[in-house]
Amino acid sequence: MDLPLILIQALNAVQYGLLLFLVASGLTLIFGVMGVINLAHGSFYMMGAYLAFSLAPLTGNLLATIVVGLLLSVLIGALLEWALFAHLYRRNHLQQVLLTYGLILIFESLRSRFIGDDVHSVSVPAWLDFSIPLGDVMTYPAYRLFMSAVCLLVAAGLYLLIQRTRLGSQIRAGAANREMVQVLGINIDWVYRLVFALGVALAAFAGMINAPVTAVAPGMGMSMLIVSFVVVIVGGIGSVWGALVASQLIAFADTFGKVFVPDYAGMAIYIVMAIVLLWRPEGLFKS
Amino acid sequence: MIRISLRRRTLQCAALLACATLAVAAHAQPTGPIKVGLMLPTSGTFADLGKKVASGFKLYVTENGGKLAGRLVQYVELDDESDPSKANENANKLVKRDRVDVLIGTIHSGVAMTMARVARDTNTLMIVPNAGAAEITGSMCAPNVFRTSFSNWQPGYATGLLAARKHKTAVTISWKYAAGDESVRGFREGFEKGGGKVIKDLHLPFPNVEFQPLLTELATIKPEAAYVFVAGAGQVKFVKDYAAAGLKNSIPLYGAFITEGTLEAQGEAASGLQTALHYADGLKIPKNEAFITSYQKTYNAAPDVFAVQGYDAAQLFAAGLQAVKGDTRKKAEMIKAMEDAKLESPRGPLSFSKSRNPIQDMYARVATGNRNVMTDVIVKALADPSPDCKL
Amino acid sequence: MRSLTTSRGRLAAIAAGLLLLLMFPQFEQDFYTELVTRTMILAIFAISLDLLLGYTGLISFGHAAWFGIGGYVLALLGTQYQVTNSLWLTLPAAIAVTALASFVVGLFVLRTRGMFFIMVTLAFAQIFYYLFHDVKSLGGSSDGLNLRGKPSTAINGWTPFDLTETATLYYFVLALMVAVLVFMAALLRSPLGRALQGIRENEHRMAAIGFPVLRYKLAAFTLAGSIAGLAGYLYAVLGGGVNPELLSWHQSADVLLMVILGGMGQLLGGVVGAFSFVLLQELTSTFTKDWHLWLGIVIVLLVLFLPDGMISIAARVKALVRRSRA
Repeated sequence: MDLPLILIQALNAVQYGLLLFLVASGLTLIFGVMGVINLAHGSFYMMGAYLAFSLAPLTGNLLATIVVGLLLSVLIGALLEWALFAHLYRRNHLQQVLLTYGLILIFESLRSRFIGDDVHSVSVPAWLDFSIPLGDVMTYPAYRLFMSAVCLLVAAGLYLLIQRTRLGSQIRAGAANREMVQVLGINIDWVYRLVFALGVALAAFAGMINAPVTAVAPGMGMSMLIVSFVVVIVGGIGSVWGALVASQLIAFADTFGKVFVPDYAGMAIYIVMAIVLLWRPEGLFKS
Repeated sequence: MIRISLRRRTLQCAALLACATLAVAAHAQPTGPIKVGLMLPTSGTFADLGKKVASGFKLYVTENGGKLAGRLVQYVELDDESDPSKANENANKLVKRDRVDVLIGTIHSGVAMTMARVARDTNTLMIVPNAGAAEITGSMCAPNVFRTSFSNWQPGYATGLLAARKHKTAVTISWKYAAGDESVRGFREGFEKGGGKVIKDLHLPFPNVEFQPLLTELATIKPEAAYVFVAGAGQVKFVKDYAAAGLKNSIPLYGAFITEGTLEAQGEAASGLQTALHYADGLKIPKNEAFITSYQKTYNAAPDVFAVQGYDAAQLFAAGLQAVKGDTRKKAEMIKAMEDAKLESPRGPLSFSKSRNPIQDMYARVATGNRNVMTDVIVKALADPSPDCKL
Repeated sequence: MRSLTTSRGRLAAIAAGLLLLLMFPQFEQDFYTELVTRTMILAIFAISLDLLLGYTGLISFGHAAWFGIGGYVLALLGTQYQVTNSLWLTLPAAIAVTALASFVVGLFVLRTRGMFFIMVTLAFAQIFYYLFHDVKSLGGSSDGLNLRGKPSTAINGWTPFDLTETATLYYFVLALMVAVLVFMAALLRSPLGRALQGIRENEHRMAAIGFPVLRYKLAAFTLAGSIAGLAGYLYAVLGGGVNPELLSWHQSADVLLMVILGGMGQLLGGVVGAFSFVLLQELTSTFTKDWHLWLGIVIVLLVLFLPDGMISIAARVKALVRRSRA
């Protein structure tokens, strides 16, 4: 195996891992803070991708698409939390699983009915549509480097938000003890709504920036959901730091699995998960 | 809960008995309408292809006044969603519940193979207007299962011969599924027949479109040419990714279907791409020109190879029906007539091998603008040897 | 635990249902006979999950793995490798392989609790999904495998019955479904069965008394997996083929829904659930293509307003009636 090939695959893995982190961090936050498992999380990722597909021709530029898309996602997230998810906080796991599964069915059907089942592509924005040469025959798309950079920024922003701001401390406190936080006069309902909307926005954002790189197709939400589940299991439910580490681990397992053992590539991430679980049944990190 | 089901079940049975009696009565008449079961995708990746096939089939019937062998044609249509896991259920609905006289379908090979199994088990006449899986006219061939499109091997073989004209080494890239494997095998046989050698076969799971790692590997191997088999939206992305990776000019890309129906979406990335197929844009054959005019007038759109395949499926069925004067009960005679049929297809002369697969000319084409223009005939009257078919 | 025969009405309903099932193939509607056969197979599948969900309190989101493995064992033995196509060899093989697989996976997953358990069962089912999707030697294709023919029942030249006949297969499945129900009834009355229900009520208390909880859960997991494997085998026989989608999480979710619909922890819950689900599906499909949309809406409404399931409708109506009579 030559070095340039390994290097390119490693770059691909890092980029994929950062993308996974965006989605998984939302999932783990929602579970860690509100104790709700959200199977429909993959649908938010899909929603982001389809938003990018529908908005791109309207706005004509990437930045505008993302801003509008994010605004819509936050609104939708807050609305869903108020209407449905807020009722789930006191329910048992089975009911949460069932209701969010029902939501997946509804989202998928609505998408099928209003947008259709065709596979679409979103163009890479013109100013990023070039390749950086690596070696004599190979090039690496600049857009993918841009994606990695953006995801890193978002990850850093998330860290700052949770560790260094007042809102962040409210979130952390709310996760630990809901009643206590309420007694202190903080409106816990709005904290939860915010966290949920943040989770949705993260997943949708991931869908939006990944759209030019992958096909926008039915089933994309489902695949992303299951992989992010694995990330959360490996990283530890509720741990954002765990999600970061685990997403890189899973991304590398997946990418290099496809290179070295293509016939077993689909299983690679689950084998990694099984090994981690043997060693640490609760995941790598505690929340 | 059980009580409610009981009542519903009784009503269902009564209704069923009534319907069954009517159905049996209608079916027995050799003068009533002929039921054509169209099991094609109207949603999903292959929806467009499904619609084209159906439109081609219906065009032939319309040209004959909505009748075949004097009997009115009635369509029973079902969306197969290109989903192999639902294929058994869907095929059974058409054959056992709706009792169609002929089963037409489909695009996706996996679905078609299950349909063929159902057709074999129930001795229902079936015509495949696209799916190229080898087994359908190979190891699982049957007297009552015909195909008017191609076997995956055929276009692959022809493309292999085409690529071998200019290159000595090649690498293949395909989705890991039946169609991909067979197409690659055809390419390999044709390429080696032309004096070349296939160095490596790369593949990724269907319908994955993360081509980046494979393109990277292809670049490292540095063959003289590359052959690709992916379909639907995947072919758009592949051709674009190929160009974006800087490979378009260093390693010429060949394919069979890779530019069918997607040249506009592929744009500049596909220009000059060479392919081999049993049809091409602007073929100077009288039947083709008449077909294009007729299609354009009826649907206000241009036909493509899928419409031709659907049209020929209707032609073939009609040939069988004419031989028995519309009496679908005379199955053996119908099948014999269809086996011996020599059709004038828009693609050129069309006949069938013992395995019921098309014997047809293969054309070399080059992507020019938005059309795949024929350059010459690579091989005349190519038949798939179908070594596994015991007919 | 409620007995089957608590009320005369219930007994009459069950007898009528059984009678109807016995008579159904006599109407000679092949398509619908096969539909009911499929529903009975799904009932067996649902009953197996109920053992885990309703009686042991374990929410498995990966139960379809065992269903699919049962079918694939038949496909691999009978069609891919052509080792044997005998019913008497392939059926026990399917159950044995599924038992082994669920036992091994149980060792991994039963150490986790709650939400983790749900996610981990889903993830393990995915491993098997990809095994059958990607690995060539195991069938490896998204197209699945078409079976070479129905299993043969021949022993030394004598063929007791022919599964290629629609009615024969129907009665075979009916007999097996009744056998599974009888087995479950016996199991639930046994010490193992009672222990499982104790675990569902309060796991910590059971552990405190000294029950080896993990061992019991493992037993339930393996038993449930084996019965699901039986169902998967029959499904493959009926459908004439297998496909990786048999192991998909949609399949796991569907069977979960069947159990909920029919009533968790009820002996006939699986049967009622399967029939309700298929009936719902068939009726909705005739009117709209959006069966999944309506299913999703029904689920959301059910969870929000009827969290105890459809069974609670009956209970609430009964309570209303009782109140109006008093």
